[in-house]
Amino acid sequence: MKYLIKTAAVLMLLVTAACTSTTGGLFGGGSDIRGAGIGSIDETSLEYFEAAIGSTVLFEVNQSSLSGSSIATLNAQAGWLNANPTMSILIEGHADERGTREYNIALGSKRASSVRDYLVSQGVADARISIVSYGKERPIAVCSNTSCWSQNRRAVTIVNGGMGV
Amino acid sequence: MAVLYRINSIALGLMLAFIAFAVPVNAQQPTLKIDVTGGVIEPVPFAIPVFIAENSASTAIANNITRVIAEDLISTGLFREIPKAAHISGVSNFNAPVQFADWRAINSQALIVGAVSSSGGRLTVKFRLWDVFAQAPMGDGVQLSGSPENWRRIAHKVADAVYSRLTGETGYFDSKIVFVSETGPKNDRRKRLAIMDYDGAGLTYLTSDENLVLAPRFSPNNRDILYTSYETGVPRVYLMNVDTLQRRVFTNLPGMGFAPRFSPDGGKIVMSISERGNTDIYTVNLSSGQRTRLTSGPAINTAPSYSPDGKQIVFESDRGGSQQIYIMSANGGDAKRISFGNGSYATPVWSPRSDLIAFTKIVSGRFHIGVMRVDGTQERLLTASFLDEAPTWSPNGRVLMFFRVSSGAKGAPQIYSVDITGRNLHKVPTPTFASDPAWSGLLK
Repeated sequence: MKYLIKTAAVLMLLVTAACTSTTGGLFGGGSDIRGAGIGSIDETSLEYFEAAIGSTVLFEVNQSSLSGSSIATLNAQAGWLNANPTMSILIEGHADERGTREYNIALGSKRASSVRDYLVSQGVADARISIVSYGKERPIAVCSNTSCWSQNRRAVTIVNGGMGV
Repeated sequence: MAVLYRINSIALGLMLAFIAFAVPVNAQQPTLKIDVTGGVIEPVPFAIPVFIAENSASTAIANNITRVIAEDLISTGLFREIPKAAHISGVSNFNAPVQFADWRAINSQALIVGAVSSSGGRLTVKFRLWDVFAQAPMGDGVQLSGSPENWRRIAHKVADAVYSRLTGETGYFDSKIVFVSETGPKNDRRKRLAIMDYDGAGLTYLTSDENLVLAPRFSPNNRDILYTSYETGVPRVYLMNVDTLQRRVFTNLPGMGFAPRFSPDGGKIVMSISERGNTDIYTVNLSSGQRTRLTSGPAINTAPSYSPDGKQIVFESDRGGSQQIYIMSANGGDAKRISFGNGSYATPVWSPRSDLIAFTKIVSGRFHIGVMRVDGTQERLLTASFLDEAPTWSPNGRVLMFFRVSSGAKGAPQIYSVDITGRNLHKVPTPTFASDPAWSGLLK
C-alpha cells in the first residue's frame, strides 16, 4: 500500500513537471520552458527526495526494527544518496507521547541509529550520516489515538540537515 | 532566655534566630501530634489570628505573612483553618495570656500567635505555637529576621516550624521548584527553564525559549541545576548556577547526553549517554571530568537516581524485555530488578528518607505515579490519568510533585502535588503549561 502511494507521488510530481514545462503553465507565459517532458525534473533536488522518495519511515510501539515498507523507502534513499555523494544527512528519531521522556529519547536514538545502520549497509558512507533523537518532543500529529501515535513513531531523513552525532 | 539556634543565609540576607521565650508555669505537656503517615483523614483545626503589627510600617506585611503561613499549612491537607470571623477573643499583645477557653470553644486544637515589626530595612517576625486543649506551648517561641523582600521565606520558615512541631517531621515549605515552562501548540511547543517557590510564587525564568530544554535537577546545595538542552542541535547536559546563570556544558562527552542528576555529595553527575543508538548510564566527575561507564549491553538504561547515602543507583532498563526498575552499586556492576508488577516502570527516584522509590508506571494504557519500598515490596499507586510522569520528592519525603498531561490535540502538561498517602492531590499553580518539576532541598 505504502509503495503504491509512493509511486503515485512520483507520478504526480512527474505530471506536474511535464505540464509546467510543456505548456508554459495555465497563464501561458512559457518563457521559462527549459525542455520537454520528464527531463526537466531535478532528481538531485531536496524536493524530489522529499516527494518522490520519502523522508520518513514509521515504527511499531517501542520498536526500532524496520518494516518491509520502511526498507523499500530506505532502499530508495540509499539509491539517491549513492547517486548524490556530496549530500550529507541528519536522521531524526522520534517517539509517540505514550512513553516517558528519557526512555523516548533513548528509543528515538535507537530508531535513528537503525535507519543509519541500514543506509550504511546499502553503501552510504557512515561519515555522511549523523543522528539526533527528539524523543516525544516533536510530534507531527497531535491527536491522542493510534492514528496520530503511529505517525509520530518515526525516523526522518533530512538532506543537508542540522547537527547530529 | 538563651538563643538556641542561629541560622544565617548570607546570600538572601535572612537571619533566623530561634529564641526561647518564657512560658506559663502551670502548663501541661502538649498532647497534640499529627500522624502524616496515613492515619489522618480529618484535618486538624487550627487558628491563626492576624499577626500583630508592632509598628504601623508592618501592617500590610503582617497580613501577608499570616496568610502565607495559613496557606502552607492548609495545603498539606493535614490542617484546617478556623475562619477568623469565628474567633471569640482577639490577640492584641504577643505576650498577653492566651484565653484558652475561647479557642477551645471553637474547637481550635492549635493556635499560632505571632507579631511582626519592621524598622531600618529589617523585618522581624516572632511566633508561638499553642496546644489549646493541653493549654501548653508546643516548643519555644521563635524569632526570625530578614530583609523585608524575603517576607515569604520568613513566612514559609514559620510554617515549617509549626508543621514540624505538629507532625514530628521536618517541613518543606521553604523550598524551590525548578521546572520546564511550556507555551504554544502541541506540534510547536516552546520550552524554557523556570524556578519558583514550592507554592508557585516568585517565578523567574532561567532560559529563553529559543532552545528545547528538558528535566532540570537541583544540586544538593540548591544553588546549581543540571538540565538537558538542544542548543547545539543534539541533547547535551548543562550545569547552571541559578544565582549567576553561568553555565557549563560537558563538551568532552560523546553522543547525546540526557537524564542527569547530581550525586548526594555534589561531586558527580550520573546521566545517560546515547552513542550509536545505544543508551547507557555513566558518571562524570565534576572536578576531573573523568567519565565512568556503569551499564553496558544493547538495552536502554536510563533515568538514574542516587540513594541518599550515595552508595547505590536506581534506574530503569528494558534489558528484560520491558521497562523495569533496577538497583546497582554506584560503581556499576550487577543490577537487581525490583519491579515485578504488571506493566512497565520508569523514572525511579530515591526518597530523601531512603525508604521508598517513587516511579512512573504504565499499565493498560494508563500512567500512574507510585511508590514502592527499596526492595520492591509494598507497591502503591497514588495517581492515575492519561499521562502522569516524573515524580520528584519533597525535602521531607512525604509529598511528590509530578506532571500530568491532558489528552488530545490540545493536550498539555501541568504540575501536580500528591502526598505519599495518595491524598491531597492538587495542581501547583503556574502561569503557563509546566512539566518536569524538580523539588529542591529545604533552603538554608
